[in-house]
Amino acid sequence: MSGLERRSDHPAPAASAGANADSGSSGSFSAGNRSTRAGSTQSDPSIARSSVPSVPSSSGRSAAPSIELEGVSFSYPDGTCALENINLRIDPGELVAIVGQNGSGKSTLTRHLNGLLRPTTGRVLLDGRDVRGLHVARLAERVGLAFQNPDRQLFAGRVSAEVAFGPRNLGLRGAELDALVRAALDAVGLSAEAASNPYDLGFSRRKLLSLASVLAMRTPILVLDEPTTGQDARGAARVRAVVAAASEEGRTVIAISHDMRFVAECFRRVVVMRAGRVVLDGTPDVVFGEATWPELRAAYLESPFAALAGARLGLGATPSESSFVAALGQRARNG
Amino acid sequence: MAIELSGVRYRYAGASKAALRSIDLRLEPGCVLGVVGANESGKTTLCLVAGGFAPGVVGGRLEGSARIDGVETTSIPTHALAQHCGLLFQNAATQLSNTTATVFEEVGFGPCNLGLAVPDVIERVWWALKAVGIEDLAPRDPARLSGGQGQLVALASVLALRPPYLILDEPTSELDPAGTALVGDALVRVAAETGAGIVLVEHKTEVLARIADEVIVLAEGSVAIAGPAAAVLRDPILAELGVEPPARVALERDVRAAGLDWPAALAEALA
Repeated sequence: MSGLERRSDHPAPAASAGANADSGSSGSFSAGNRSTRAGSTQSDPSIARSSVPSVPSSSGRSAAPSIELEGVSFSYPDGTCALENINLRIDPGELVAIVGQNGSGKSTLTRHLNGLLRPTTGRVLLDGRDVRGLHVARLAERVGLAFQNPDRQLFAGRVSAEVAFGPRNLGLRGAELDALVRAALDAVGLSAEAASNPYDLGFSRRKLLSLASVLAMRTPILVLDEPTTGQDARGAARVRAVVAAASEEGRTVIAISHDMRFVAECFRRVVVMRAGRVVLDGTPDVVFGEATWPELRAAYLESPFAALAGARLGLGATPSESSFVAALGQRARNG
Repeated sequence: MAIELSGVRYRYAGASKAALRSIDLRLEPGCVLGVVGANESGKTTLCLVAGGFAPGVVGGRLEGSARIDGVETTSIPTHALAQHCGLLFQNAATQLSNTTATVFEEVGFGPCNLGLAVPDVIERVWWALKAVGIEDLAPRDPARLSGGQGQLVALASVLALRPPYLILDEPTSELDPAGTALVGDALVRVAAETGAGIVLVEHKTEVLARIADEVIVLAEGSVAIAGPAAAVLRDPILAELGVEPPARVALERDVRAAGLDWPAALAEALA
């Protein structure tokens, strides 16, 4: 079934694959982790429409559905064509960065993933099922989107209320809700600000707050629009830790970023967009490797410095600083 | 002629502690002063104070002296501030006027309000759009731009005022690498051609390494270190102050931390 096919060049972590038992496809996965509520209620949109809150229990692993754009094109009402025939399949548990020039369609693309925008032509599929007709609120249980501009997202008078809003709407109350809020604030380092007004926080912390409010939804798919923007070294490290932890839990993380160091260090797949199309799609080693530099330049991008330095020294593909140091160390040991 | 802050201490209205505790700085015309520092270290507040928006527009309590070309900012009426100093907010979307139908009109909004003749307004708008490389956006609806495009429009709108000083709070935060490089080049050109002095708050230390003359590092509302850009951006204290150094400095640091030598071939290539 299409819902369980894997592209050989982008293997999904095994941890996330087991919980898709109810995707209505392959019996061979039924031995997987069925204990999570996400696995048993979320995969079928018709079931998710019931009143049962579809938040995975905080102890369980999230069961991410696959998400696929099939021939998606989108034009804004003023005629601007933002996406042109996008075919993109993201498997459960993948770590995907979307990069590209300003105005290349990145944010428009991510708004299709949670139903804020609907394709002009083409389809968006969750676990192989068309999401057309599925209400935004139902999609929000499965795909959490943190906006590029936090001020388009924040509205509550207290930081804790802001974070509680999402899970409360998924039906959570009491101690479970409090625990979720605390965990989300803790993950972004805002525990001490729980009682503050969001607009008393600086931009960088409002941005972290918008991330926390999406984390608290415990959605199996996490979409982050430029999460490191405006962050200092510590803030960027927190964002990296959040991405790593979400991935560890088997959640799919899709992030838009212009920060190529962040992309190379934290993501296993890089999708390059140019003028509404996907022009490159592969591992950081491949996308930032010397062979694709002309295409990157055509998309107004440049590989991270570590990749340039590695190529200069003939170390092979070293898109991240850690891979550069490892390759350099290897060469030193080999004499 | 300069923006001068001396012994500046500033507290927002209702805040329990001061956002700026001890700031001394001087920005000459034609120079680019980079400002870095951890989140909440006072960078945005510094922008508001240096541009006269705090306390003038946002209230609060200022001690010490903030002067633009010798004039205390507190004595400049709000409506006249824009002629002394152009301020680009961190969140560019909040800066657009929401009253215009096209990017061209949006960028012309400021010059029109300066009372310039129409041909002069038109000339300035094209100059500003060209400076940041967005002439093709001129007919577009400002409300329907991507985050990065909106940021470039906001920057062009400030440039079109041709103020003697520019205070830019992370003008490249949402820009792609090419857009970031373009803005960097544009600022150098604007400083050279119009003699504007520029305060540039940036987390992207790469940009500052390329275009800033001097850099100050803020920590908890005070200037922790200051000096020529090249020296400050290599200072190991940056990491302690929560500032990510430029990529090449960071890579060299990581290589040495692993007990390896920084390859001579790279050192030469970068020299």
